[in-house]
Amino acid sequence: MPSAITATSHRVDEERIKFLRGRYSYATISDKISDIVLTRPTHWGYYAGFALCTLLTLLFVIAIAYLFKTGVGIWGVDIPIAWAFAITNFVWWVGIGHAGTFISAFLLLLRQKWRTSVNRFAEAMTIFAVAMAGVMPILHLGRPWFFYWLVPYPDIMNVWPQWRSPLVWDIFAIGTYIIVSILFWYMGLIPDLATLRDRTDHRIKQILYGIFALGWRGESRQWKRFDTAYLLMAGLATPLVISVHSVVSLDFSIGNTPGWHSTIFPPYFVAGALFSGFAMALTLAIPLRAIFGLKDFITARHLDNIAKVMLVCGLLVAYSYVVEIFMAFYSGDRFEKFMILNRMSGPYAPIYWTVIFCNVAVPQLMWWKRVRLSTLTLFVISIVVNIGMWLERFMIIVTSLHRDFLPSSWDVYYPTFWDWATLFGSLGAFGWLFLMFVRFLPAISISEMRKLVLEKKEGET
Amino acid sequence: MTPTTTANGEQPIYGLLAEFKDADALVAAATRTRDEGYARVDAYAPFSVPGLPEAVGFRRDRVALVTLIGGIIGGGGIYFLQWYSAVVNYPINSGGRPFNSWPAFIPPTFECTVLGAALFAFFGYLLLSGLPKLHHPIFNAKEFDLATRSRFFLCIEALDPKFEREATERFLSSLDPTCVSVVPFSP
Repeated sequence: MPSAITATSHRVDEERIKFLRGRYSYATISDKISDIVLTRPTHWGYYAGFALCTLLTLLFVIAIAYLFKTGVGIWGVDIPIAWAFAITNFVWWVGIGHAGTFISAFLLLLRQKWRTSVNRFAEAMTIFAVAMAGVMPILHLGRPWFFYWLVPYPDIMNVWPQWRSPLVWDIFAIGTYIIVSILFWYMGLIPDLATLRDRTDHRIKQILYGIFALGWRGESRQWKRFDTAYLLMAGLATPLVISVHSVVSLDFSIGNTPGWHSTIFPPYFVAGALFSGFAMALTLAIPLRAIFGLKDFITARHLDNIAKVMLVCGLLVAYSYVVEIFMAFYSGDRFEKFMILNRMSGPYAPIYWTVIFCNVAVPQLMWWKRVRLSTLTLFVISIVVNIGMWLERFMIIVTSLHRDFLPSSWDVYYPTFWDWATLFGSLGAFGWLFLMFVRFLPAISISEMRKLVLEKKEGET
Repeated sequence: MTPTTTANGEQPIYGLLAEFKDADALVAAATRTRDEGYARVDAYAPFSVPGLPEAVGFRRDRVALVTLIGGIIGGGGIYFLQWYSAVVNYPINSGGRPFNSWPAFIPPTFECTVLGAALFAFFGYLLLSGLPKLHHPIFNAKEFDLATRSRFFLCIEALDPKFEREATERFLSSLDPTCVSVVPFSP
């Protein structure tokens, strides 16, 4: 086997590629993770990031307040491009959330051990990303105070939602997704909150962690029901992820706009979602393990595995790009053909070629093990993919709209300051929530790490 | 109701607690305790120990059944709502589609099946486990705060018909624990 040769020629340090490095006992691993929250002094890098995120969050709040006061006219949207940044942000943020659920639920069903030390923060990433996503369509409504009209409720107007509309499906999909994600995350947190309750000497922390731990005692019957419910939730969350981004893609593909009206959209969107989500998981994990000294738990092996999943998702996305081009010409439809040629050479051609560079060309670097084991390179690739995936959603939405069937209504979309403020503001708010999370809750599941210690011990004896 | 004192003026106790050095020792001790005839036995561990629930006599958890019921209620409920609103209460001819256009009703039905099942799984697990319950006498036990960190405990409750203070303490000591202590009702 050629791997034997490569293993000796540039030998990778065995210790580096384990899921759990070093020698830990139940006690030391519990202390190491809970001390990040309870006693460890805060790193200056944390304060710098927190200050930046707080400023951007304030910008987000101002942008929303101004939008509610004035209306969507503060953005660059107009007919024919009535969907632009807000919907791009929505699709992008939901997609980022999906990798978190994929890591925590799907890898649990597959009994992948490398899930254990990355699932907690990935689930947090999901919740905060979906929160950002959920805000966007509401901001985008002309009359956001009527958003609840999408929900079926008894009212004197006697008007029901139009059940055949994907926008109604969307609110069910996103609503279910955020609720199930929060339940799944909180459920896994309960034993860890109990650990924090019992470890802290601070009275107020004891009370607060105690309330949220719900009186968890670690009794074996509680553990048994916990395991069953957790596994069932994982089984429910896995198809949910697929359904959510499929429904998001139906928002587009049910319409007859060239470039949207395509049956490949659901799998294409799900692959893109996982691609961008795993990229965001790397973008968050790499600074997290450096700042909080978690390199024993989130090892090079984890980053390597995430990179491999990203590579596969990237190839699926690239395949979808090829199919889109092929189908446009194979269909013989002049509007479809024009749409593809216009993407490649029209006013938005630079965006198309940037997307190809970011999502198809750059990820191919991850074929090399050396790249996958280089933290800095992976971090750069993850940022590139994040940008590329955002631009891809923008490309799909805007290039299809700006040249519709009637040439007299053609136009070009330019974002305004408030469009950018909404995008970067949501990034800031996401970062702010994430930084609050790592400071007040364990970013790694303590109880599952204890179990990993047990399994490691059994593996050695 | 918790008695404050017994007839002879002693503090009443919740049970006797033995600590074991690792998970395997705890499972072995729990099995022997059940074999000895004790019925009200609880085992506490910092993670989910395989085989431990069975060792303390836990037969089946009904979380899966509850989850199934939640899924049926969620999915059936939303399909009924769609059918009722689109066929009975406010029928609209939307592009010539049938009023009961079931393929278009599937996405909300799927989502609400998942939602109902997940809510029932979560709250079913909590309620069946007797949570939330912020106070419990076991928290009065010495060093019990380490049960969520690294220690393994076995408790025989005083309510057990076979429980006798001295005899049970002798029995627990015979299981090779690291220590045996009394769990009082009040701290």
